[in-house]
Amino acid sequence: MSDMSLPRLQHIVASASVMIVGIWVTYLSYTQQPSEAFLFPRLISTVFVILAIWTFAKACLGWTKVGSGVSGIVFLRMLPGLFVMLVYVFWAAKNLGFYTATALAFFLLYSLYDPAPHNSARSWIKRILVTACFIAVMYGLFALLLKVFTPREVFF
Amino acid sequence: LQLSFLSSAVGGIFGVLLLIFLTPLLAEWALAFGPSHLFWLAILGVTVIGTLDSRSVVKGLLSGCIGLWLATIGFDDIMGAQRFIFHDALGGGINIIAALIGLFAIPQVISMFAQGRHRDGAEVLQVRKHSIIAAMRELLRFPRALVIGMSTGSIIGLIPGVGGQIAGLVAYDQTKKFSPDRAAFGKGHPEGVISAEAANNAMVGPSLVPLLTLSIPGSPTAAVLLGGLLIHGIFPGSDLFDNHPDVAWTFINSMLVGQVLMCLFGLYIAGVAARVAQVPQSLMAALVLGLAVFGSYSVQSSMGDVYVMAALGIMMYFLERFGFSAAPLVLGLILGPIAESNFIQGSMIANATDGMMAYFLTGPLNLFLIAVVIASITYSVWMELRSRRYVSKEEVMV
Repeated sequence: MSDMSLPRLQHIVASASVMIVGIWVTYLSYTQQPSEAFLFPRLISTVFVILAIWTFAKACLGWTKVGSGVSGIVFLRMLPGLFVMLVYVFWAAKNLGFYTATALAFFLLYSLYDPAPHNSARSWIKRILVTACFIAVMYGLFALLLKVFTPREVFF
Repeated sequence: LQLSFLSSAVGGIFGVLLLIFLTPLLAEWALAFGPSHLFWLAILGVTVIGTLDSRSVVKGLLSGCIGLWLATIGFDDIMGAQRFIFHDALGGGINIIAALIGLFAIPQVISMFAQGRHRDGAEVLQVRKHSIIAAMRELLRFPRALVIGMSTGSIIGLIPGVGGQIAGLVAYDQTKKFSPDRAAFGKGHPEGVISAEAANNAMVGPSLVPLLTLSIPGSPTAAVLLGGLLIHGIFPGSDLFDNHPDVAWTFINSMLVGQVLMCLFGLYIAGVAARVAQVPQSLMAALVLGLAVFGSYSVQSSMGDVYVMAALGIMMYFLERFGFSAAPLVLGLILGPIAESNFIQGSMIANATDGMMAYFLTGPLNLFLIAVVIASITYSVWMELRSRRYVSKEEVMV
Protein backbone atom coordinates (compact mmCIF):
# COMPACT_ATOMS: atom_id res chain seq x y z
CA MET A 1 0.00 0.00 0.00
CA SER A 2 1.43 3.36 -0.91
CA ASP A 3 1.95 5.97 1.79
CA MET A 4 -0.34 8.41 0.02
CA SER A 5 -3.35 6.06 -0.08
CA LEU A 6 -3.54 5.81 3.70
CA PRO A 7 -6.45 7.72 5.16
CA ARG A 8 -5.16 10.96 6.66
CA LEU A 9 -7.32 10.33 9.72
CA GLN A 10 -5.05 7.47 10.92
CA HIS A 11 -2.01 9.75 10.85
CA ILE A 12 -3.95 12.48 12.61
CA VAL A 13 -5.06 10.09 15.38
CA ALA A 14 -1.52 8.69 15.80
CA SER A 15 0.18 12.09 15.90
CA ALA A 16 -2.57 13.47 18.18
CA SER A 17 -1.91 10.62 20.62
CA VAL A 18 1.82 11.43 20.65
CA MET A 19 1.00 15.13 21.06
CA ILE A 20 -1.32 14.45 24.02
CA VAL A 21 1.45 12.46 25.72
CA GLY A 22 3.87 15.32 24.97
CA ILE A 23 1.53 17.93 26.46
CA TRP A 24 0.91 15.77 29.51
CA VAL A 25 4.65 15.21 30.07
CA THR A 26 5.34 18.93 29.65
CA TYR A 27 2.53 19.85 32.04
CA LEU A 28 3.84 17.46 34.70
CA SER A 29 7.44 18.61 34.19
CA TYR A 30 6.52 22.23 34.80
CA THR A 31 4.09 21.68 37.68
CA GLN A 32 5.59 18.89 39.78
CA GLN A 33 7.86 19.58 42.75
CA PRO A 34 10.73 19.73 43.62
CA SER A 35 11.49 21.75 40.52
CA GLU A 36 15.22 20.79 40.60
CA ALA A 37 14.27 17.16 39.97
CA PHE A 38 12.34 18.19 36.85
CA LEU A 39 15.01 20.43 35.30
CA PHE A 40 16.07 17.91 32.66
CA PRO A 41 12.51 16.62 31.98
CA ARG A 42 11.49 20.27 31.36
CA LEU A 43 14.18 20.66 28.73
CA ILE A 44 13.29 17.37 27.04
CA SER A 45 9.52 17.81 27.25
CA THR A 46 9.70 21.27 25.69
CA VAL A 47 11.45 19.86 22.61
CA PHE A 48 9.14 16.83 22.72
CA VAL A 49 5.96 18.92 22.65
CA ILE A 50 7.24 21.26 19.91
CA LEU A 51 8.10 18.30 17.65
CA ALA A 52 4.81 16.56 18.52
CA ILE A 53 2.78 19.67 17.61
CA TRP A 54 4.78 19.97 14.38
CA THR A 55 4.04 16.32 13.52
CA PHE A 56 0.36 16.77 14.35
CA ALA A 57 0.14 19.90 12.18
CA LYS A 58 1.81 18.05 9.30
CA ALA A 59 -0.66 15.17 9.68
CA CYS A 60 -3.63 17.60 9.69
CA LEU A 61 -2.33 19.30 6.54
CA GLY A 62 -1.76 15.94 4.85
CA TRP A 63 2.01 16.44 4.58
CA THR A 64 2.88 13.17 6.30
CA LYS A 65 4.82 11.03 3.85
CA VAL A 66 6.17 8.15 5.90
CA GLY A 67 4.41 5.27 7.62
CA SER A 68 1.90 2.97 6.00
CA GLY A 69 -0.49 2.90 8.97
CA VAL A 70 -2.61 -0.11 9.92
CA SER A 71 -5.16 -1.30 7.40
CA GLY A 72 -8.39 -2.95 8.52
CA ILE A 73 -7.31 -6.37 7.28
CA VAL A 74 -3.94 -6.14 9.03
CA PHE A 75 -5.65 -5.10 12.25
CA LEU A 76 -8.14 -7.99 12.06
CA ARG A 77 -5.31 -10.45 11.43
CA MET A 78 -3.26 -9.30 14.39
CA LEU A 79 -6.20 -8.88 16.77
CA PRO A 80 -6.46 -12.53 18.00
CA GLY A 81 -2.69 -12.74 18.50
CA LEU A 82 -2.61 -9.41 20.29
CA PHE A 83 -5.48 -10.49 22.53
CA VAL A 84 -3.74 -13.77 23.48
CA MET A 85 -0.52 -11.84 24.09
CA LEU A 86 -2.20 -9.27 26.35
CA VAL A 87 -4.04 -11.93 28.39
CA TYR A 88 -0.83 -13.99 28.64
CA VAL A 89 1.42 -11.11 29.75
CA PHE A 90 -0.93 -9.08 31.92
CA TRP A 91 -2.99 -11.81 33.56
CA ALA A 92 -2.12 -15.46 32.89
CA ALA A 93 1.65 -15.38 33.53
CA LYS A 94 1.13 -14.25 37.11
CA ASN A 95 -2.16 -15.99 37.92
CA LEU A 96 -1.66 -19.35 36.21
CA GLY A 97 2.09 -19.54 36.61
CA PHE A 98 4.70 -18.88 33.93
CA TYR A 99 5.02 -22.36 32.49
CA THR A 100 1.27 -23.11 32.36
CA ALA A 101 0.51 -19.71 30.85
CA THR A 102 3.37 -19.99 28.36
CA ALA A 103 2.22 -23.46 27.28
CA LEU A 104 -1.33 -22.21 26.73
CA ALA A 105 -0.26 -19.01 24.94
CA PHE A 106 2.24 -20.88 22.77
CA PHE A 107 -0.31 -23.51 21.78
CA LEU A 108 -3.03 -20.92 21.08
CA LEU A 109 -0.79 -18.65 18.99
CA TYR A 110 0.75 -21.54 17.08
CA SER A 111 -2.70 -22.97 16.35
CA LEU A 112 -4.22 -19.60 15.42
CA TYR A 113 -1.57 -18.70 12.87
CA ASP A 114 -0.47 -22.16 11.67
CA PRO A 115 -1.34 -22.46 7.97
CA ALA A 116 -1.82 -26.25 8.36
CA PRO A 117 -5.53 -27.29 8.19
CA HIS A 118 -7.50 -27.00 11.43
CA ASN A 119 -9.61 -30.07 10.65
CA SER A 120 -6.70 -32.46 10.49
CA ALA A 121 -5.92 -34.57 13.57
CA ARG A 122 -2.32 -34.87 12.41
CA SER A 123 -1.70 -31.12 12.55
CA TRP A 124 -3.22 -30.92 16.05
CA ILE A 125 -0.94 -33.72 17.25
CA LYS A 126 2.02 -31.87 15.74
CA ARG A 127 1.03 -28.63 17.50
CA ILE A 128 0.70 -30.42 20.87
CA LEU A 129 4.08 -32.12 20.43
CA VAL A 130 5.85 -28.88 19.43
CA THR A 131 4.31 -27.07 22.43
CA ALA A 132 5.40 -29.85 24.78
CA CYS A 133 8.95 -29.76 23.40
CA PHE A 134 9.12 -25.95 23.72
CA ILE A 135 7.93 -25.98 27.33
CA ALA A 136 10.34 -28.81 28.18
CA VAL A 137 13.24 -26.77 26.75
CA MET A 138 12.10 -23.61 28.58
CA TYR A 139 11.69 -25.50 31.86
CA GLY A 140 15.07 -27.17 31.48
CA LEU A 141 16.78 -23.88 30.62
CA PHE A 142 15.16 -21.47 33.07
CA ALA A 143 14.08 -23.66 36.01
CA LEU A 144 16.76 -26.36 36.06
CA LEU A 145 19.83 -24.75 34.48
CA LEU A 146 19.54 -21.02 35.25
CA LYS A 147 17.39 -21.56 38.38
CA VAL A 148 15.19 -18.54 37.65
CA PHE A 149 12.32 -18.39 40.11
CA THR A 150 9.06 -17.71 38.26
CA PRO A 151 5.47 -17.45 39.58
CA ARG A 152 4.09 -21.01 39.88
CA GLU A 153 0.36 -21.29 40.48
CA VAL A 154 -1.07 -24.18 38.47
CA PHE A 155 0.73 -27.51 37.83
CA PHE A 156 4.33 -26.24 37.67
CA LEU B 1 30.11 -16.90 -1.03
CA GLN B 2 33.59 -17.97 0.14
CA LEU B 3 35.09 -14.82 -1.35
CA SER B 4 32.51 -12.76 0.51
CA PHE B 5 33.31 -14.36 3.88
CA LEU B 6 37.07 -14.11 3.38
CA SER B 7 36.95 -10.42 2.38
CA SER B 8 34.63 -9.74 5.32
CA ALA B 9 37.11 -11.37 7.69
CA VAL B 10 40.11 -9.43 6.30
CA GLY B 11 38.14 -6.14 6.42
CA GLY B 12 36.83 -6.89 9.90
CA ILE B 13 40.28 -7.70 11.31
CA PHE B 14 41.65 -4.49 9.81
CA GLY B 15 38.79 -2.52 11.43
CA VAL B 16 39.40 -4.08 14.85
CA LEU B 17 43.14 -3.34 14.59
CA LEU B 18 42.26 0.30 13.90
CA LEU B 19 39.98 0.22 16.94
CA ILE B 20 42.89 -1.08 19.05
CA PHE B 21 45.21 1.72 17.92
CA LEU B 22 42.75 4.61 17.74
CA THR B 23 40.77 4.08 20.94
CA PRO B 24 43.51 4.76 23.52
CA LEU B 25 44.60 7.87 21.56
CA LEU B 26 41.08 9.28 21.45
CA ALA B 27 40.49 8.29 25.08
CA GLU B 28 43.35 10.60 26.14
CA TRP B 29 41.81 13.42 24.10
CA ALA B 30 38.42 12.73 25.72
CA LEU B 31 39.90 13.57 29.15
CA ALA B 32 39.49 17.24 28.19
CA PHE B 33 35.69 16.81 28.10
CA GLY B 34 33.65 18.43 30.87
CA PRO B 35 29.95 17.93 31.79
CA SER B 36 28.70 20.42 29.17
CA HIS B 37 30.65 18.64 26.41
CA LEU B 38 29.44 15.23 27.52
CA PHE B 39 25.87 16.56 27.60
CA TRP B 40 26.18 17.82 24.03
CA LEU B 41 27.79 14.56 22.97
CA ALA B 42 24.82 12.61 24.35
CA ILE B 43 22.43 14.93 22.50
CA LEU B 44 24.57 14.49 19.38
CA GLY B 45 24.26 10.70 19.69
CA VAL B 46 20.47 10.92 19.79
CA THR B 47 20.18 13.46 16.96
CA VAL B 48 22.59 11.64 14.65
CA ILE B 49 20.75 8.34 14.96
CA GLY B 50 17.38 10.12 15.04
CA THR B 51 18.03 11.95 11.82
CA LEU B 52 20.12 9.48 9.82
CA ASP B 53 18.37 6.27 10.81
CA SER B 54 14.82 7.47 10.21
CA ARG B 55 12.75 8.11 7.12
CA SER B 56 11.44 11.33 8.66
CA VAL B 57 13.78 13.72 10.48
CA VAL B 58 11.04 15.13 12.74
CA LYS B 59 9.75 11.67 13.66
CA GLY B 60 13.31 10.45 14.27
CA LEU B 61 13.99 13.34 16.64
CA LEU B 62 10.59 12.85 18.27
CA SER B 63 11.46 9.17 18.84
CA GLY B 64 14.72 10.30 20.46
CA CYS B 65 12.77 12.69 22.72
CA ILE B 66 10.37 9.91 23.72
CA GLY B 67 13.40 7.76 24.63
CA LEU B 68 14.97 10.59 26.65
CA TRP B 69 11.68 11.12 28.49
CA LEU B 70 11.29 7.39 29.21
CA ALA B 71 14.81 7.48 30.72
CA THR B 72 13.65 10.05 33.28
CA ILE B 73 10.87 7.81 34.64
CA GLY B 74 11.53 6.61 38.19
CA PHE B 75 13.27 8.21 41.13
CA ASP B 76 15.48 11.24 40.56
CA ASP B 77 19.10 10.46 41.51
CA ILE B 78 19.84 13.73 43.32
CA MET B 79 16.58 14.76 45.05
CA GLY B 80 15.06 11.26 45.29
CA ALA B 81 11.80 12.66 43.90
CA GLN B 82 9.30 10.48 42.04
CA ARG B 83 8.97 11.31 38.35
CA PHE B 84 6.20 10.08 36.04
CA ILE B 85 5.54 6.96 38.15
CA PHE B 86 1.92 6.23 37.27
CA HIS B 87 2.17 2.46 37.89
CA ASP B 88 4.06 0.39 40.46
CA ALA B 89 5.95 -1.33 37.62
CA LEU B 90 7.72 1.97 36.87
CA GLY B 91 8.97 2.54 40.43
CA GLY B 92 12.53 1.52 39.65
CA GLY B 93 12.56 3.21 36.26
CA ILE B 94 12.59 1.39 32.95
CA ASN B 95 14.95 -1.56 32.85
CA ILE B 96 17.10 -1.32 29.73
CA ILE B 97 17.10 -5.05 28.92
CA ALA B 98 13.31 -5.33 29.22
CA ALA B 99 12.97 -2.19 27.10
CA LEU B 100 15.34 -3.51 24.43
CA ILE B 101 13.46 -6.82 24.26
CA GLY B 102 10.16 -5.00 24.03
CA LEU B 103 11.24 -2.42 21.47
CA PHE B 104 12.99 -4.82 19.11
CA ALA B 105 11.31 -8.24 19.55
CA ILE B 106 7.64 -7.49 20.22
CA PRO B 107 7.02 -5.36 17.07
CA GLN B 108 8.38 -8.30 15.05
CA VAL B 109 6.03 -10.70 16.84
CA ILE B 110 3.04 -8.45 16.12
CA SER B 111 4.19 -8.08 12.48
CA MET B 112 4.11 -11.88 12.22
CA PHE B 113 0.58 -11.87 13.66
CA ALA B 114 -0.36 -9.23 11.10
CA GLN B 115 0.61 -11.58 8.26
CA GLY B 116 -2.12 -14.00 9.35
CA ARG B 117 -2.00 -17.69 8.41
CA HIS B 118 0.90 -17.14 6.08
CA ARG B 119 2.26 -20.28 4.38
CA ASP B 120 5.33 -19.10 2.52
CA GLY B 121 8.60 -19.37 4.42
CA ALA B 122 11.81 -17.67 3.31
CA GLU B 123 13.45 -19.29 0.34
CA VAL B 124 16.88 -20.71 1.10
CA LEU B 125 19.14 -20.61 -1.92
CA GLN B 126 21.36 -23.58 -2.57
CA VAL B 127 24.86 -22.21 -3.11
CA ARG B 128 27.31 -24.32 -5.02
CA LYS B 129 30.46 -25.18 -3.11
CA HIS B 130 33.72 -23.59 -4.22
CA SER B 131 37.25 -24.24 -3.09
CA ILE B 132 38.38 -21.95 -0.24
CA ILE B 133 41.93 -21.96 -1.65
CA ALA B 134 40.60 -20.70 -4.98
CA ALA B 135 38.66 -17.95 -3.17
CA MET B 136 41.85 -16.93 -1.32
CA ARG B 137 43.76 -16.77 -4.61
CA GLU B 138 41.01 -14.62 -6.09
CA LEU B 139 41.14 -12.32 -3.06
CA LEU B 140 44.90 -11.86 -3.55
CA ARG B 141 44.39 -11.16 -7.26
CA PHE B 142 42.48 -7.97 -6.43
CA PRO B 143 44.47 -6.15 -3.70
CA ARG B 144 43.23 -2.74 -4.92
CA ALA B 145 39.58 -3.66 -4.24
CA LEU B 146 40.52 -4.96 -0.80
CA VAL B 147 42.46 -1.80 0.12
CA ILE B 148 39.68 0.50 -1.14
CA GLY B 149 37.09 -1.53 0.78
CA MET B 150 39.07 -1.55 4.03
CA SER B 151 40.03 2.14 3.95
CA THR B 152 36.58 3.39 2.89
CA GLY B 153 34.86 1.21 5.49
CA SER B 154 37.19 2.38 8.27
CA ILE B 155 36.70 6.08 7.51
CA ILE B 156 32.93 5.73 7.20
CA GLY B 157 32.81 3.65 10.39
CA LEU B 158 34.19 6.57 12.40
CA ILE B 159 31.20 8.73 11.44
CA PRO B 160 28.38 8.09 13.93
CA GLY B 161 25.10 6.95 12.43
CA VAL B 162 26.43 5.79 9.06
CA GLY B 163 25.88 2.05 8.71
CA GLY B 164 27.53 -0.85 6.93
CA GLN B 165 25.23 -0.58 3.93
CA ILE B 166 26.51 2.93 3.14
CA ALA B 167 30.12 1.81 3.66
CA GLY B 168 29.57 -1.09 1.26
CA LEU B 169 27.92 1.11 -1.37
CA VAL B 170 30.60 3.82 -1.23
CA ALA B 171 33.41 1.25 -1.41
CA TYR B 172 31.70 -0.54 -4.32
CA ASP B 173 31.29 2.77 -6.16
CA GLN B 174 34.93 3.78 -5.59
CA THR B 175 36.24 0.37 -6.68
CA LYS B 176 34.13 0.55 -9.82
CA LYS B 177 35.64 3.96 -10.65
CA PHE B 178 39.19 2.62 -10.40
CA SER B 179 38.53 -0.71 -12.10
CA PRO B 180 39.52 -1.29 -15.74
CA ASP B 181 36.66 -3.79 -15.99
CA ARG B 182 33.76 -1.47 -15.05
CA ALA B 183 31.26 -3.07 -17.42
CA ALA B 184 31.40 -6.35 -15.47
CA PHE B 185 30.25 -4.66 -12.24
CA GLY B 186 26.72 -5.54 -11.18
CA LYS B 187 27.09 -9.12 -12.45
CA GLY B 188 28.99 -10.60 -9.50
CA HIS B 189 32.44 -9.23 -10.41
CA PRO B 190 34.93 -10.33 -7.68
CA GLU B 191 36.27 -6.77 -7.21
CA GLY B 192 32.78 -5.49 -6.35
CA VAL B 193 32.16 -8.36 -3.92
CA ILE B 194 35.55 -7.94 -2.22
CA SER B 195 35.34 -4.16 -1.75
CA ALA B 196 31.72 -4.09 -0.52
CA GLU B 197 32.20 -7.00 1.89
CA ALA B 198 35.55 -5.71 3.21
CA ALA B 199 34.04 -2.24 3.74
CA ASN B 200 30.92 -3.28 5.61
CA ASN B 201 33.01 -5.27 8.07
CA ALA B 202 35.92 -2.83 8.29
CA MET B 203 33.49 -0.18 9.57
CA VAL B 204 32.47 -2.25 12.61
CA GLY B 205 35.68 -1.69 14.64
CA PRO B 206 36.00 2.07 14.01
CA SER B 207 32.24 2.54 14.65
CA LEU B 208 32.92 1.52 18.26
CA VAL B 209 35.63 4.16 18.78
CA PRO B 210 33.10 6.93 19.70
CA LEU B 211 31.34 4.43 21.99
CA LEU B 212 34.42 3.39 23.93
CA THR B 213 36.01 6.84 24.17
CA LEU B 214 33.09 9.26 24.39
CA SER B 215 30.24 6.86 25.29
CA ILE B 216 28.44 7.88 22.10
CA PRO B 217 27.12 4.85 20.22
CA GLY B 218 27.41 5.36 16.48
CA SER B 219 24.80 2.75 15.58
CA PRO B 220 21.84 0.90 17.09
CA THR B 221 24.11 -2.12 17.61
CA ALA B 222 26.60 0.05 19.50
CA ALA B 223 23.69 1.39 21.58
CA VAL B 224 22.81 -2.16 22.62
CA LEU B 225 26.49 -2.75 23.52
CA LEU B 226 26.45 0.45 25.58
CA GLY B 227 23.33 -0.80 27.36
CA GLY B 228 25.18 -4.04 28.19
CA LEU B 229 28.18 -2.17 29.61
CA LEU B 230 25.99 0.17 31.69
CA ILE B 231 24.07 -2.79 33.15
CA HIS B 232 27.40 -4.06 34.50
CA GLY B 233 28.17 -0.64 35.99
CA ILE B 234 30.78 0.17 33.36
CA PHE B 235 30.59 3.67 31.97
CA PRO B 236 32.56 3.88 28.70
CA GLY B 237 34.57 7.03 28.27
CA SER B 238 37.93 8.57 28.81
CA ASP B 239 38.70 6.53 31.94
CA LEU B 240 37.50 3.17 30.64
CA PHE B 241 41.05 1.99 29.89
CA ASP B 242 42.28 3.10 33.32
CA ASN B 243 39.40 1.87 35.48
CA HIS B 244 38.32 -1.24 33.58
CA PRO B 245 41.20 -2.29 31.31
CA ASP B 246 40.21 -5.96 31.66
CA VAL B 247 36.73 -5.27 30.29
CA ALA B 248 37.92 -2.89 27.58
CA TRP B 249 40.60 -5.22 26.21
CA THR B 250 38.48 -8.36 26.55
CA PHE B 251 35.78 -6.53 24.61
CA ILE B 252 38.18 -5.52 21.83
CA ASN B 253 40.03 -8.83 21.67
CA SER B 254 36.79 -10.78 21.55
CA MET B 255 35.91 -8.78 18.45
CA LEU B 256 39.14 -9.92 16.87
CA VAL B 257 38.37 -13.55 17.72
CA GLY B 258 34.80 -12.93 16.54
CA GLN B 259 36.00 -11.98 13.06
CA VAL B 260 37.85 -15.29 12.68
CA LEU B 261 34.92 -17.28 14.09
CA MET B 262 32.50 -15.42 11.84
CA CYS B 263 34.57 -16.41 8.82
CA LEU B 264 34.74 -20.06 9.87
CA PHE B 265 31.05 -20.09 10.78
CA GLY B 266 30.20 -18.52 7.44
CA LEU B 267 32.33 -20.91 5.45
CA TYR B 268 31.18 -24.11 7.11
CA ILE B 269 27.82 -23.59 8.87
CA ALA B 270 25.99 -20.70 7.11
CA GLY B 271 24.25 -23.07 4.68
CA VAL B 272 22.71 -25.08 7.52
CA ALA B 273 22.02 -22.03 9.73
CA ALA B 274 20.08 -20.36 6.92
CA ARG B 275 17.41 -23.02 7.36
CA VAL B 276 16.27 -21.20 10.52
CA ALA B 277 14.61 -18.77 8.12
CA GLN B 278 12.34 -21.63 7.02
CA VAL B 279 10.77 -22.00 10.47
CA PRO B 280 7.05 -21.19 10.06
CA GLN B 281 6.13 -17.67 11.19
CA SER B 282 3.35 -18.96 13.46
CA LEU B 283 5.91 -21.00 15.39
CA MET B 284 8.50 -18.21 15.36
CA ALA B 285 6.03 -15.63 16.76
CA ALA B 286 5.01 -17.92 19.64
CA LEU B 287 8.67 -18.83 20.34
CA VAL B 288 9.87 -15.22 20.38
CA LEU B 289 7.00 -14.10 22.61
CA GLY B 290 7.68 -16.88 25.13
CA LEU B 291 11.41 -16.12 25.18
CA ALA B 292 10.73 -12.36 25.49
CA VAL B 293 8.52 -12.89 28.54
CA PHE B 294 11.01 -15.23 30.25
CA GLY B 295 14.00 -13.07 29.27
CA SER B 296 12.56 -9.82 30.60
CA TYR B 297 11.31 -11.49 33.80
CA SER B 298 14.62 -13.18 34.57
CA VAL B 299 16.60 -9.88 34.65
CA GLN B 300 15.25 -8.80 38.06
CA SER B 301 12.58 -11.47 38.74
CA SER B 302 10.01 -8.73 38.34
CA MET B 303 6.61 -8.89 36.66
CA GLY B 304 6.89 -5.11 36.29
CA ASP B 305 9.66 -5.61 33.69
CA VAL B 306 7.40 -8.00 31.75
CA TYR B 307 4.59 -5.41 31.72
CA VAL B 308 7.00 -2.66 30.63
CA MET B 309 8.43 -4.92 27.91
CA ALA B 310 4.98 -5.72 26.49
CA ALA B 311 3.67 -2.16 26.75
CA LEU B 312 6.73 -0.67 25.05
CA GLY B 313 6.63 -3.37 22.36
CA ILE B 314 2.98 -2.78 21.48
CA MET B 315 3.54 1.00 21.50
CA MET B 316 6.59 0.61 19.24
CA TYR B 317 4.72 -1.56 16.74
CA PHE B 318 2.10 1.14 16.21
CA LEU B 319 4.70 3.94 16.22
CA GLU B 320 6.69 2.10 13.53
CA ARG B 321 3.56 1.80 11.40
CA PHE B 322 3.38 5.60 11.47
CA GLY B 323 7.00 6.24 10.51
CA PHE B 324 8.65 6.37 13.94
CA SER B 325 11.85 4.44 14.48
CA ALA B 326 12.99 2.18 17.35
CA ALA B 327 16.73 3.00 17.12
CA PRO B 328 16.57 6.67 18.22
CA LEU B 329 14.10 5.77 20.96
CA VAL B 330 16.48 3.12 22.30
CA LEU B 331 19.38 5.53 22.04
CA GLY B 332 17.43 8.19 23.94
CA LEU B 333 16.62 5.66 26.63
CA ILE B 334 20.28 4.64 26.97
CA LEU B 335 21.84 8.09 26.64
CA GLY B 336 19.17 9.80 28.77
CA PRO B 337 20.84 9.14 32.15
CA ILE B 338 24.25 10.22 30.73
CA ALA B 339 22.77 13.43 29.31
CA GLU B 340 20.84 14.17 32.51
CA SER B 341 23.69 13.56 34.97
CA ASN B 342 26.01 15.79 32.92
CA PHE B 343 23.29 18.41 32.51
CA ILE B 344 22.74 18.53 36.29
CA GLN B 345 26.49 18.62 37.01
CA GLY B 346 26.92 21.32 34.38
CA SER B 347 24.03 23.40 35.74
CA MET B 348 25.58 23.24 39.24
CA ILE B 349 28.92 24.46 37.87
CA ALA B 350 27.11 27.08 35.76
CA ASN B 351 25.18 28.42 38.75
CA ALA B 352 28.45 28.83 40.65
CA THR B 353 30.21 30.51 37.72
CA ASP B 354 28.95 32.41 34.66
CA GLY B 355 25.40 31.05 34.32
CA MET B 356 23.77 28.36 32.16
CA MET B 357 23.99 30.15 28.81
CA ALA B 358 27.70 30.89 29.15
CA TYR B 359 28.55 27.42 30.41
CA PHE B 360 26.57 25.37 27.88
CA LEU B 361 26.63 27.62 24.82
CA THR B 362 30.14 29.06 24.72
CA GLY B 363 33.64 27.62 24.38
CA PRO B 364 35.13 26.12 21.22
CA LEU B 365 34.26 22.49 22.00
CA ASN B 366 30.65 23.30 22.98
CA LEU B 367 30.21 25.37 19.83
CA PHE B 368 31.77 22.66 17.69
CA LEU B 369 29.43 20.01 19.12
CA ILE B 370 26.38 22.27 18.73
CA ALA B 371 27.43 22.93 15.13
CA VAL B 372 27.69 19.17 14.47
CA VAL B 373 24.21 18.64 15.98
CA ILE B 374 22.78 21.37 13.74
CA ALA B 375 24.72 20.11 10.70
CA SER B 376 23.45 16.54 11.15
CA ILE B 377 19.84 17.77 11.37
CA THR B 378 20.26 20.14 8.41
CA TYR B 379 21.90 17.48 6.27
CA SER B 380 19.12 14.99 7.04
CA VAL B 381 16.39 17.55 6.26
CA TRP B 382 18.13 18.33 2.96
CA MET B 383 18.41 14.60 2.12
CA GLU B 384 14.74 14.08 2.98
CA LEU B 385 13.62 16.99 0.80
CA ARG B 386 15.87 15.82 -2.01
CA SER B 387 14.53 12.26 -1.92
CA ARG B 388 10.94 13.61 -1.91
CA ARG B 389 11.67 15.78 -4.92
CA TYR B 390 13.16 12.72 -6.67
CA VAL B 391 10.06 10.64 -5.86
CA SER B 392 7.77 13.46 -7.06
CA LYS B 393 9.68 13.67 -10.35
CA GLU B 394 9.36 9.90 -10.81
CA GLU B 395 5.62 10.12 -10.11
CA VAL B 396 5.28 12.86 -12.74
CA MET B 397 7.18 10.71 -15.27
CA VAL B 398 4.94 7.71 -14.56
